[in-house]
Amino acid sequence: MSTLTGTTRFERNPATREEKWVKWTLLTLSLSFFILFLILPLVSVFFEALRRGWEVYLLSITEETALAAIRLTLLIAFISVPLNLVFGVSAAWLIAKHDFRGKQLLTTFIDLPFSISPVIVGLMYVLIFGANGWFGAWLLEHNIRIIFAVPGIVLATIFVTFPFVARELIPLMQAQGRDEEEAAIVLGANGWQTFWYVTLPNIKWGLLYGVILSNARAMGEFGAVSVVSGKIRGQTNTMPLHVEILYNEYNFAAAFAVASLLAMLALFTLIIKTWVEHRASHPAAAHLLPPEINPLSIQKSTT
Amino acid sequence: MSLKNARIKRILLVALLSATAGVVSASLQAQTKTLLNVSYDPTRELYQDYNPEFAKYWQEKTGERVRVNQSHGGSGSQARSVIDGLEADIVTLALAYDIDAVSAFSGKVPADWQSKLPDNSSPYTSTIVFLVRKGNPKGIQDWDDLVQPGVGVITPNPKTSGGARWNYLAAWGYALQQPGGSAASAQEFVSALYKNVVVLDSGARGSTTTFVQRGVGDVFISWENEAFLAVNELGPENFEIIVPSVSILAEPPVTVVNGNAERRGTLEVATAYLEYLYSEAGQRIAAKHYYRPRHPELAAPEDIARFPEVETFTIDELFGGWTKAQADHFSDGGIFDQIYGL
Repeated sequence: MSTLTGTTRFERNPATREEKWVKWTLLTLSLSFFILFLILPLVSVFFEALRRGWEVYLLSITEETALAAIRLTLLIAFISVPLNLVFGVSAAWLIAKHDFRGKQLLTTFIDLPFSISPVIVGLMYVLIFGANGWFGAWLLEHNIRIIFAVPGIVLATIFVTFPFVARELIPLMQAQGRDEEEAAIVLGANGWQTFWYVTLPNIKWGLLYGVILSNARAMGEFGAVSVVSGKIRGQTNTMPLHVEILYNEYNFAAAFAVASLLAMLALFTLIIKTWVEHRASHPAAAHLLPPEINPLSIQKSTT
Repeated sequence: MSLKNARIKRILLVALLSATAGVVSASLQAQTKTLLNVSYDPTRELYQDYNPEFAKYWQEKTGERVRVNQSHGGSGSQARSVIDGLEADIVTLALAYDIDAVSAFSGKVPADWQSKLPDNSSPYTSTIVFLVRKGNPKGIQDWDDLVQPGVGVITPNPKTSGGARWNYLAAWGYALQQPGGSAASAQEFVSALYKNVVVLDSGARGSTTTFVQRGVGDVFISWENEAFLAVNELGPENFEIIVPSVSILAEPPVTVVNGNAERRGTLEVATAYLEYLYSEAGQRIAAKHYYRPRHPELAAPEDIARFPEVETFTIDELFGGWTKAQADHFSDGGIFDQIYGL
C-alpha cells in the first residue's frame, strides 16, 4: 500500500517525473538483462533435461548412483546446517549482546569463508587430514577416514556455509539492542529463559532466512567438496559432482535432469525465502502470530 | 503448538529411520568385499562394463562377492588424491609417470611396479588420432597439416592433462622421424603446432566438449578411444576420424596399490582384477570401448576391424621413458614452457 502511493506521488510530481522513453528504455534494458542472464539459462536446464522425454528424465534421477548422490547431498545438509545453526546463533548472541576484547577480530573471522576460494578450503582440509597432512598418520593408525569420505565433505561444507546464519543475525540483534534481555533478567529470568523467551522469538525470521541460505549453499557447493570427495561413484559423489560426471560422460539428458533437481531445490528455497520475508514484514499477517513474537518489531530493524 | 510438536516429532522419526536404514545397508554391504579403482576420465564406460563381469567371474571362482567402486578424474589429480590418502586398491591411469609419482610420494606402490604385469602393465593401448568435422573441410591428413596457417587446433594443456602429454610427444616424434629430423626441427614443428591451438583446456574431456559441443576449432588431437566415443555418442554424421601416417603407442598402465590393498586385505582380489583384464573377457571389453587390446585375437573381430593400421613408436624408443620425457618437456622451464610461455 505504502509503496503504491509512494510511486504515484513521484509520477505526479513534475520535478521527479521521468520522460516516458527514459522509463521504458530503463525497463526494457533491465528486463532483457534479467531474461538473458537469469531466466533463459534456468529454462534451458529444464528444456535440456526433458529433451528426451519424461521417461529418460525419471530414469536418470532414480538410477542407483543418482539416488546415492541425492541421499548424500541431503545427508550433508542435514548434518552441516544444524551445526551451523547452533554456531551461528551463539556467535551472533556473543557478538551482539556482549562486549569483550577481540570482538572485532572475531567478527572479521566469521566472514573468512566468504573471501577464501572454495578450492583452497578443500586443499586446507587435505593438508590437515590427508595421508601426508598433520594428522594423516594418526588417523590412519586409528582407522579413521576423514578426507575422501563423508566427514571430509561435511567439514568442507560447514566451512563454506559458516557465515550465513551469523551474518544474518548479527545486524538484526545489534539493532534490537539489549533492552528486552536486560528487562527479562531484572524480572528474574535466568540466561536460558532470557534466550528462549525473549531473544529467540525476536530473531526467529532472520534465523530462518539464514538457515535457508546456508542450506542452499550446502546442497550446491562444488569446489571445496570436489577436492575432498575422492569422487567415488555412489559413495562420495554429491549432486553437483554427479552433474559434472554425467556431463563428462556425454550423458547430457541425465546431467541436466539432476541439475534440474538442484535448480528446483534452489527455486523452492527462493519461494520459502520470499514467504519468510513476506511473513516477517507484512502487517496483515501479524495478528496470526502470538503477541510475543510480533514481527512488526523486527520490521523496523530489518528494513 | 502441540500440532507443531507432533509434526517435528514425525520429521525426526523419519530422519532417525532413514539413518538406521543407512547403517543397516552399510553393514549388509560389509559382507561383500569392495575394491576401489581410481582411474582417469576416459575409462568410465570401459570399467562400468568390466566391473560386473569381473564380479561374476570372481564369485564363480571363489564364491566371494566383490563390488568394485570407481573414481574418475584427471589422471594427475587422481594420482595426487591417492598420494593424499584416497584408499585405492587399484590405480588405472593415463600414463606411467602418474603411477611413478604415487610410488615415489606415498611408498604404497613398489618402484618396479611396471614389471609386475605383462606388456608394461598396460593391458590395452591406444594411439593419438585427429578428429575433424564431417567432410574434412581443411583437408587434414597428417601431422604436417596441423601447422598450416588458418587451421584451428584443439588439444588440452600437457602441463595439467596426462592424456595431452601423449598428444605433444606424438607430434614431436613425428617431426623427429621426418628426413633430416632433429631435436631442433622437432621443437620448431611442435611450437608451430601449439601456435595454432585455439583453446588449451586443462583436461581431455574439456577439450572434447570444446571441439564437439561448442564447435570450436578444425581439428581435435585426441586419443583414439576418445575420438571413437565422441563420434559414436555425438553423431557420426558430424565428425570423422583421421589417422596420421605415424603416431605414438599410448600405454595407459594399471597396478595394485600394495600399501592400501594389504591393509584392507584385498591384495589377492585386486591382483586378480588386473590379471583378468588380460583375459578373453577383459580384452573383449577393452576393444568394445575402443581401446586396442594387447591380444586382438581374444576380442571380437568386428571390434578389431574398427582399428585402422597405424605405425607407432613408443615413449621408451624415442624419449627414453617417462621420467626423462617429463623432465625434458613438461617440467617447469622445460621445452613446453619455452615454446608456449613465449
